[in-house]
Amino acid sequence: MSLLSIKNLEVHFSTPDGTVTAVNKLNFSLEAGQTLGIVGESGSGKSQTAFALMGLLAKNGKVSGEATFDGKSIVGLSEKELNRIRSEKIAMIFQDPMTSLNPYMRVGEQLMEVLMLHKGMTKADAFEESVRMLDAVKMPEARKRMKMFPHEFSGGMRQRVMIAMALLCRPQLLIADEPTTALDVTVQAQIMTLLSELQRDFNTAIIMITHDLGVVAGICDKVLVMYAGRTMEYGSARDIFYRPSHPYTQGLLSAIPRLDSDDMAALPTIPGNPPNLLKLPQGCPFQDRCQHVSDICRYSEPELITTSDQRQRACHWLAEEQA
Amino acid sequence: MSTQPILQVRDLKVHFDIKTSSLWPWAPSLALKAVDGVSLDLYPGETLGVVGESGCGKSTFARALIGLVKSRAGSIKWQGQELLELDHHGWREIRKDIQMIFQDPLASLNPRMTIGDIIAEPLRTFYPRLNKQEVTDKVKTMMMKVGLLPNVINRYPHEFSGGQCQRIGIARALILEPKLVICDEPVSALDVSIQAQVVNLLKSLQKEMGLSLIFIAHDLSVVKHISDRVMVMYLGNQVELGQGKALYADPKHPYTKALMSAVPIPDPDIERNKTIQLLEGDLPSPINPPSGCVFRTRCPIAVASCAEQRPTLQGEPRHAVACPRVA
Repeated sequence: MSLLSIKNLEVHFSTPDGTVTAVNKLNFSLEAGQTLGIVGESGSGKSQTAFALMGLLAKNGKVSGEATFDGKSIVGLSEKELNRIRSEKIAMIFQDPMTSLNPYMRVGEQLMEVLMLHKGMTKADAFEESVRMLDAVKMPEARKRMKMFPHEFSGGMRQRVMIAMALLCRPQLLIADEPTTALDVTVQAQIMTLLSELQRDFNTAIIMITHDLGVVAGICDKVLVMYAGRTMEYGSARDIFYRPSHPYTQGLLSAIPRLDSDDMAALPTIPGNPPNLLKLPQGCPFQDRCQHVSDICRYSEPELITTSDQRQRACHWLAEEQA
Repeated sequence: MSTQPILQVRDLKVHFDIKTSSLWPWAPSLALKAVDGVSLDLYPGETLGVVGESGCGKSTFARALIGLVKSRAGSIKWQGQELLELDHHGWREIRKDIQMIFQDPLASLNPRMTIGDIIAEPLRTFYPRLNKQEVTDKVKTMMMKVGLLPNVINRYPHEFSGGQCQRIGIARALILEPKLVICDEPVSALDVSIQAQVVNLLKSLQKEMGLSLIFIAHDLSVVKHISDRVMVMYLGNQVELGQGKALYADPKHPYTKALMSAVPIPDPDIERNKTIQLLEGDLPSPINPPSGCVFRTRCPIAVASCAEQRPTLQGEPRHAVACPRVA
């Protein structure tokens, strides 16, 4: 049985301008120790998926569908039940390590608080365990740093504190929402190396939410490509990178300039802009930017079809051949 | 390419005074050395990429070139004319020729002006004699050039997406037909698919208008794609400067090597099997940088003598490096 399995997950927001479907019929599963990458552009619903799983949606947001974690449903739980799961079973790292730490509290206190609240540890035990965890994320002089405030840390060091905090209770699943987007490449490399080492040591499953396909290539086993809140394509990292079958995935992969290529010609682009979720066109949401668009795309939204070896794809183009 | 550089920068230094919290009013104030001795030549029609991590001084360098921050020492010669001696009015004239595109596409546009007014503002400032019709015509032509429909001329910035706002910023920078455009992280706030559109647009406009570009970014892949030459900065110093191809194929400075190896490549086989040269520790403070070579505290090949003398760029102009141990 999978550690996490998601069936028909939907997130709706009621806004003054109408209902926005931020996430639409999402299906995926994740095994223990595996890494799933969720990629997509801003507004594609990748962060809202994570927030829905953690019960962190804004007040006007509603989740529907099924999400089973470790055999139990985690959709629609009360705050109290959620608090037991959050951090103990599922933990999250956020994009901006400055705004997600409390600036008024010493880093040590913030770490110890987690252990004392969730594990009922004494202050002394919590202190020692926090120091051990800071050592595990390769924080130099961990003991001394426990007494420091977040502003005394660099961006990379703050993200290490966030990772240490997320791992304190040894969660089975770690959701990382753009964990390295605010960091420089050399620091990003340090953090990604750290995450894969920690994953190996603690056998944590990771959901990596990012727009950087390079990061996905480095760490993910499976990849989910989202657009306008929908799954465009889902499959193993090798399939997605070497045999992308959805026009959007193909477009994304060719639109990034690569460090290992000497091609100076104009980049292939995806024309146009992402659609407004309030005014989605009838049919496929990607139709206006797609180079393989045909009449059927204009009126019927493609179904998400599971093809061979656990691969999903929502596209009319070549659908017959693939099936 | 002509042999006469249009822009010559020599030993440019930009220092910011930091107030000390000393009890003594006569205590000397500290200097934050944001840019500390950068020299380069820029040729007409050329694109120079500037890369480095946050805090390396690349944006300050750009701002110093256009006079938005005061330089402490050095020289900037624009077509033979020394810019650092200019007064306010002198700088104003120069900005007809040197324009800038900013990182945050929405924040750099005045929310209370229509995009027609935003794009027309440089024209009204520098050519007040143009009549309304001439201005509107020029604005509309420029909008077409950057891929905006002329019928949106009366809309406001919030009605546009990030990519379109960046096109407006580009139109505003290019309407005076400048010779040099400084692009400070023009695509880093944009999504991948939009980023490619803007990069292509800049490249084609450069060809069409014969522009020189200084392209500042932290994304090494984008810089590689667009630049003829690339300068790598670390803590206010230039560590390597060379032709894009040569520099990317054979990075010499240990910092450049570490930087290049850290860039993730969207290919699982390559990305999982490559060796990353991780840098130890954090960036030192630019208020109190290490003596000698500023990179020596994190350098894998540093020796005792690196603390004594500050290395300068050495080697042929095609590919120069500021490290005596690898030059």
